[in-house]
Amino acid sequence: MSADVTSSSAADLSSALQSGELSSVEVTRAYLDAIAAQDESIGAYLHVDADAALTAAGEIDAARAKGEELGPLAGVPMALKDVVVTEGVPTTSGSKILEGWRPPYDATLAARLKAAGTVLLGKTNMDEFAMGSSTENSAYKVTRNPWDTDRIPGGSSGGSSAAVAAGLAPWAIGTDTGGSIRQPAAVTGLVGHKPTYGSVSRYGLIAFSSSLDQAGPMTRTVLDAALLHEAIAGHDPMDSTSIDSPVPLLTEAARRGAEGDLSGLKVGVVTELGGDGHAGGYDAGVLERVAEAVALLESMGAEVRQVSCPAFDLALPAYYLIAPSEASSNLARFDGVRFGLRVGDDGSRDLDEVMAMTREQGFGPEVKRRIILGTYALSSGYYEAYYGQAQKVRTLITRDFTTAWDDVDVLVSPTSPTVAWNIGDRVDDPVAMYAADLCTLPASLAGVPAISVPCGLSEGLPVGFQVMAPALADDRCYRVAAALEAAQDAARGHALLAGIGTKENTPS
Amino acid sequence: MSDTLVDFDEVLTRYEPVIGLETHVELGTASKMFCGCSTTFGAEPNTQTCPVCLGLPGSLPVVNADAIESTIRIGLALGCRIASWSRFARKNYFYPDIPKGFQTSQYDEPLCTAGHLDVELDGETYRVEIERVHIEEDTGKNLHVGGATGRIHGADHSLVDYNRAGIPLVEIVTRPIPGTGAKAPEVARAYVTELREILLALGVSEVRMEQGNLRSDVNTSLAPIGSLDWGTRTETKNVNSLRSVERSVRYEMRRQAALLDAGERIVQETRHFHEDTGSTSDGRSKEEATDYRYFPEPDLVPLAPDEEWIETLRVALPELPAARRIRLREEWGLSDAEMAWIVNAGAVGLVSDTVAAGATPADARKWWLGELARRANDSGVELIELPVTPKQVAELAGLVAAGTVNDQLARQALDGVLAGEGNPGAVVESRGLAVMGDSDELVAAVDAAIEGNPDVADKVRAGKVQAIGALVGAVMKTTRGKADAATVKRMLEERLVSS
Repeated sequence: MSADVTSSSAADLSSALQSGELSSVEVTRAYLDAIAAQDESIGAYLHVDADAALTAAGEIDAARAKGEELGPLAGVPMALKDVVVTEGVPTTSGSKILEGWRPPYDATLAARLKAAGTVLLGKTNMDEFAMGSSTENSAYKVTRNPWDTDRIPGGSSGGSSAAVAAGLAPWAIGTDTGGSIRQPAAVTGLVGHKPTYGSVSRYGLIAFSSSLDQAGPMTRTVLDAALLHEAIAGHDPMDSTSIDSPVPLLTEAARRGAEGDLSGLKVGVVTELGGDGHAGGYDAGVLERVAEAVALLESMGAEVRQVSCPAFDLALPAYYLIAPSEASSNLARFDGVRFGLRVGDDGSRDLDEVMAMTREQGFGPEVKRRIILGTYALSSGYYEAYYGQAQKVRTLITRDFTTAWDDVDVLVSPTSPTVAWNIGDRVDDPVAMYAADLCTLPASLAGVPAISVPCGLSEGLPVGFQVMAPALADDRCYRVAAALEAAQDAARGHALLAGIGTKENTPS
Repeated sequence: MSDTLVDFDEVLTRYEPVIGLETHVELGTASKMFCGCSTTFGAEPNTQTCPVCLGLPGSLPVVNADAIESTIRIGLALGCRIASWSRFARKNYFYPDIPKGFQTSQYDEPLCTAGHLDVELDGETYRVEIERVHIEEDTGKNLHVGGATGRIHGADHSLVDYNRAGIPLVEIVTRPIPGTGAKAPEVARAYVTELREILLALGVSEVRMEQGNLRSDVNTSLAPIGSLDWGTRTETKNVNSLRSVERSVRYEMRRQAALLDAGERIVQETRHFHEDTGSTSDGRSKEEATDYRYFPEPDLVPLAPDEEWIETLRVALPELPAARRIRLREEWGLSDAEMAWIVNAGAVGLVSDTVAAGATPADARKWWLGELARRANDSGVELIELPVTPKQVAELAGLVAAGTVNDQLARQALDGVLAGEGNPGAVVESRGLAVMGDSDELVAAVDAAIEGNPDVADKVRAGKVQAIGALVGAVMKTTRGKADAATVKRMLEERLVSS
């Protein structure tokens, strides 16, 4: 039973809980047992409170026994990336500067998941302040890819991706600033969706880059992603950038997509993301799997065409000016005055020294690199040349998308140019690390929704297929992803994740 | 290191001053700028805080609509153009009193621009151009514990109170004001006075200068007379009373003239004003080097107030002080000069409120510009800062009018009110200040005065009526001033002068 539980989709767990086939305590205990047995070798979690999880699960079971009205997610366990603020539960954002901090409040999405009756298993590891693509920038530990524990699980939501892929959580919340949900989902064989900017509240997400950050689901199936997304989406008066409009019917879109009929759907393949003349730096295997996925969409009735988005070539430099600029300001509050780490306050040093020492010791090298980059880009005399220019590029990228939507319903590309690389391979080469975000950055900069769905293996490792849609049309991402997932699972005879650890090649 | 100063009148023989003011006003909204915390003054430290105004990780701001409305109303009252599209910006710098490591403010896209305020001074009108009015958040307050001065140097440790952090703050910035000559210090003061009256009329702030509701940064520069260019300015920070505004300009003019006379350059810098000496000193060089790295606040959406709403606010503006002064002058039957005196003393509101509380315009004016002005001057505070309310002044005037106290006793009653002993009636009671009526005690005192001064009494009896003054004086002396002189005189006449 327990092996089944830890490989089930969350939707199946939800059904089993509702029918009484399983109790929340049973499900929760199965995951806690798996964490106890395996997380030492995976390193997905920064904080697990088994007692609190079992207590919460017990309360849901008791409520269900009393016949109380419960939502569909009640009793289903989940994990939160440690960037999500949780009341009374340690929250570090992967940084030493917040070690030991127990927040006095819940993020809106944490409160919504609590209200929905989900059970928090723990907080997952991440690159410090979500800055990174491998989770190697965590100040605490290395997280390993369950497909091959010598490899990275992606980042920055690598703890969430590893936990879900390894069966240490049925699903998890990640956050995505430049690809931090989609890329780790891609390299661990999961579904990961970055919602339309403004459609999931940012209140209580420790900010990296405010104009880009979005939280979203990381799951084993497209339907699970839609379910979890619906649970956290919707207007929040605490977030001024939150969009006050109805959430599209995502689960319905996923169910409809799984029927496999895409006739009438116009799909644009982005030339600049791995296409002709733009394939440098892409694994051949990745491009093959993506081409196969495109062919599969076509076989289901989609009209496929090439679409050129010239400004996408500028996404990387624009992103690495805008995100660090905002980060340099967002991270200014970590000064040792009100919370978290304080260094050097022994009465012999003045305020500036204590602040400087706290930040010197509290932040890791990548965080410092970006603070310095952003501080420079915003400086008087450089602002227009850097931040100002980057904002113009952002407008051009948005315009490329807008133009594309005249001709196609969705745009597709690889999620990441490569499969998971070996731990340590890129730590000394930040630019190589940044290149992992090449395909995910345009949707981030334009604020449009994008999903990564598995499309097979290359060298025995998962490859992700990205589907981008116009703002607020997240349902299109789910429809296309569900169609692809269903067709591939049918051809393969099982879900991609079922092959984890076997290094089998995908049938194509 | 005291500064060399040039005599003020001499400054004007060689230099032309240009002044400018940046005034910060704390709005009187019920809640803070970006969260729901209370703004009540004087609460226990850090009791009016939440994750947002403490800048806790993950928290986000939400704009207080009332603060936007107040800012727009201020802009309208100053004749500004209200932007149809305006943004917040982050002003980045490190200091413990700013919880987020940046202040959420406005930079190149303020809510209100291009207004003006006409300031009247000694029958002349000076037009002060308003560059911008924008909205931002206040900082917390640092408290330095230990050490002698309460300043950071020598302190054992520092505490921060974030109750004030996030209170809405409006900044009103003038364009440079040339052409005021010798009147520059007074124009600066008159501008802040008039601005304060407008803010009071709008009801957007309590404008209590002693509580820091209104704080001005005063820019001053000098240029040689006839020069086409303006001089380099200094910015005197946090000048917190009307009197200090005037003094800081005067001081800077005298100091800068000495430097220019000596062939030195004026450094563009921040200076601090010292209330005790009336002088300024240079600020920390660290502050001057700050690059605030302004950029648009990504956590807030742009403000786009719609035209119709702005018009609704414009139509609903209250009567503004200039119009009100004309109306009041007519109602009170004062001359231009008499009204100007009240205006210059910053007492229009006080006099008006005192009249509203029942005093005659003449009495209200007499109290505020006479006894109370003298006391404010003696203790070096503004009239408004005296711990007495218009209602209390009206009550005092009423006690005099009713004959309960005479002028001298009324002044003693005022002592008690200012000392916090309560309302005038209560002070008269507790201090036993009421004038004696036709009481036995007074009859005895009158009789004793006649008996004790037989010569004077005889003179009066003989028809030398003016000698009665000596007897009145004697009665006042024995009653320690509590008798009403007119009553005493009448009683003496009844006894000594045959009708």
